[in-house]
Amino acid sequence: MNWFLLTQLLANGLIVGMLYGVVAMCFVLIYKSTQVVNFAQGEFLVLGAWVCLAMVVKAGLPFYIAFPFTLVFMTIFGILIQTVILRPLIGEPIISIIMVTIALSIIMQSILNWTFGNSSASFPQIFPVENVSLFGLQVETAYIMSLVLSVFVMALFYAFFQYSKYGLAMRATAYDQQAAQSLGVSVGQVFAMSWAISAVVSGIAGIIIGIVSGVSSSLAVIGIKVFPAVIVGGLDSIVGAIVGGVIIGLLENLAEFVDGQYLQWGNLYTIAPFYVLIIILVIKPYGLFGTRDIERI
Amino acid sequence: MASTALRPCGDFRTTYKTDQYLFQTKMIGWTAAAALLVLILAPVLASSYVVNLLILVGISGISALGLNVLVGMTGQISLGHAAFYGFGAFSSAYLANNYGVPVLIAIPVAGVMTAIVGMIFGLPAARIKGLYLAIATLASQFILVDFFARATWFTNGYGVDASKPEFFGIPLDTDEKYFYVVLAWAVISMIAVANLKRSRDGRALVAVRDHYLSAEIMGINLTKYRILAFGISSFFAGVAGALYAHYIEFVSVETFSISLSINFLAMIIIGGLGSVPGAFLGAMFIELLPQLVQLISGFLITIAPTVFGLIENGKAYIEQITVGTVIILFLIFEPEGIAHRVGQTRKSIKLYPFSY
Repeated sequence: MNWFLLTQLLANGLIVGMLYGVVAMCFVLIYKSTQVVNFAQGEFLVLGAWVCLAMVVKAGLPFYIAFPFTLVFMTIFGILIQTVILRPLIGEPIISIIMVTIALSIIMQSILNWTFGNSSASFPQIFPVENVSLFGLQVETAYIMSLVLSVFVMALFYAFFQYSKYGLAMRATAYDQQAAQSLGVSVGQVFAMSWAISAVVSGIAGIIIGIVSGVSSSLAVIGIKVFPAVIVGGLDSIVGAIVGGVIIGLLENLAEFVDGQYLQWGNLYTIAPFYVLIIILVIKPYGLFGTRDIERI
Repeated sequence: MASTALRPCGDFRTTYKTDQYLFQTKMIGWTAAAALLVLILAPVLASSYVVNLLILVGISGISALGLNVLVGMTGQISLGHAAFYGFGAFSSAYLANNYGVPVLIAIPVAGVMTAIVGMIFGLPAARIKGLYLAIATLASQFILVDFFARATWFTNGYGVDASKPEFFGIPLDTDEKYFYVVLAWAVISMIAVANLKRSRDGRALVAVRDHYLSAEIMGINLTKYRILAFGISSFFAGVAGALYAHYIEFVSVETFSISLSINFLAMIIIGGLGSVPGAFLGAMFIELLPQLVQLISGFLITIAPTVFGLIENGKAYIEQITVGTVIILFLIFEPEGIAHRVGQTRKSIKLYPFSY
């Protein structure tokens, strides 16, 4: 048994898992407050990463200026998508909502591939040091930044929902839309805000992954990986999203370890989360932290 | 005929029997007969390009019809239809290549095999529904496609050859001849699903969609009907896949990606959820849309090469963007699909100049 490889992979899994957690959190945020399942989440990541990269490489802006500009862009983008495409569909059956976000992802994917090309591009080096030694493990600085930023985003989320007026409004809307509306919460504003936040945070995640492993349309795969994560955690639980993300990240890397060392099947890690997803759905349909639907006639 | 075909406002059906007629008015029946006649003559009259398109529309239509049973009638969203379609394609090719089963028999057998696989992947439907089920079917899409890539005994790992069928010694090797195979299956599937809709089982499926708790209280076995819907839908997917395999003559693993599943969903949304002709109308729309885009962009490039020259290398992207935009526009402005619009137009023409 190769202990060194195992620890390396587990550390990797934790870092990737935290990122999955962040993206899953965005996904859950939209679902919780607007009851929309966003199949275009992966494209949000790609969009954020490409826009930031274009600003850095094509416009020659330094990274610390391009980054906030990207976030502003993503905010506007999120609000626009919500008001133009999703607002007319409020109250429509689930199938329409799913299809509209799928269609959105198709459109975004082709526009992004058309404008930025199919090939992968990488950010110019942002950190002076490439690797840092941590407890005897060689860790890339970008990975550490990714971990720190993930934790930071999560803490920000927590503080926002716990202490700010808007966070409270969003929680109230998620809990009971009508009651919130009757108490003076602008539900439309909350919907737009949740899409904006989700787009911004996805953009951040996209940039992080772009820095770590290069920007390409394949980043959108994370949008699919998010599904196992949110199902494991429960579709409407933000804590669950983080836990689910970490579990899926670890699981992927464990699958790769088992595959590489013993089974030699190849590509097990891409498919393992989906087997877990099916198993979880059969055993525990509402995930680890999700609320059970109680239906009355 | 005019007196019976003209049915102004009000629903004049007075017995259950009339409510269950296959063709609600004589007009619809005659239209269907005329359409069938035109289609039978199509290979003689139309060019091979049109026949090729008609075959593709027919195959996709059968598959979309299956999906419509699952999504439109039972209300269970499936994002994994392409995987079942692919399974049908591979099993038919496998049966024909390895066991020498005649292709025309291999096609329905592949349908049955796919139905069994569909029911196995439909098992989670016993406990979950709605969104969670949609995500479970997404997982089955990835699992099945992964299986295709791994199972070298079944698919060679990349794809297999499939032969054209024979009909009592006559090889159906041209498009014109193969067209009749597809047409026969399309007609059979349409009649089968239309009959399902007016049978006890079909009504049970609709009841499960409309309110599953009430349906259960009325004595409908939810688990049975949910899984049955997966079975029926996969059967048609399997048959359509098999027809596709023997038409294209080579089945590639990469064909059956998630985007094909999305295309099938787009077909039934554009055609009309739960509607039998709607599935075929939607299939026609989605299959013809790329042709239309090609035509228009080609035209634009010839008239103004300097302005639209940019389009040339982005044709594939424009196609995708158009499909996505059309889906969104339909969902926002015409959520009940083309079939509904056709019905409305028919009524307004019939009742002209009065509105009802």
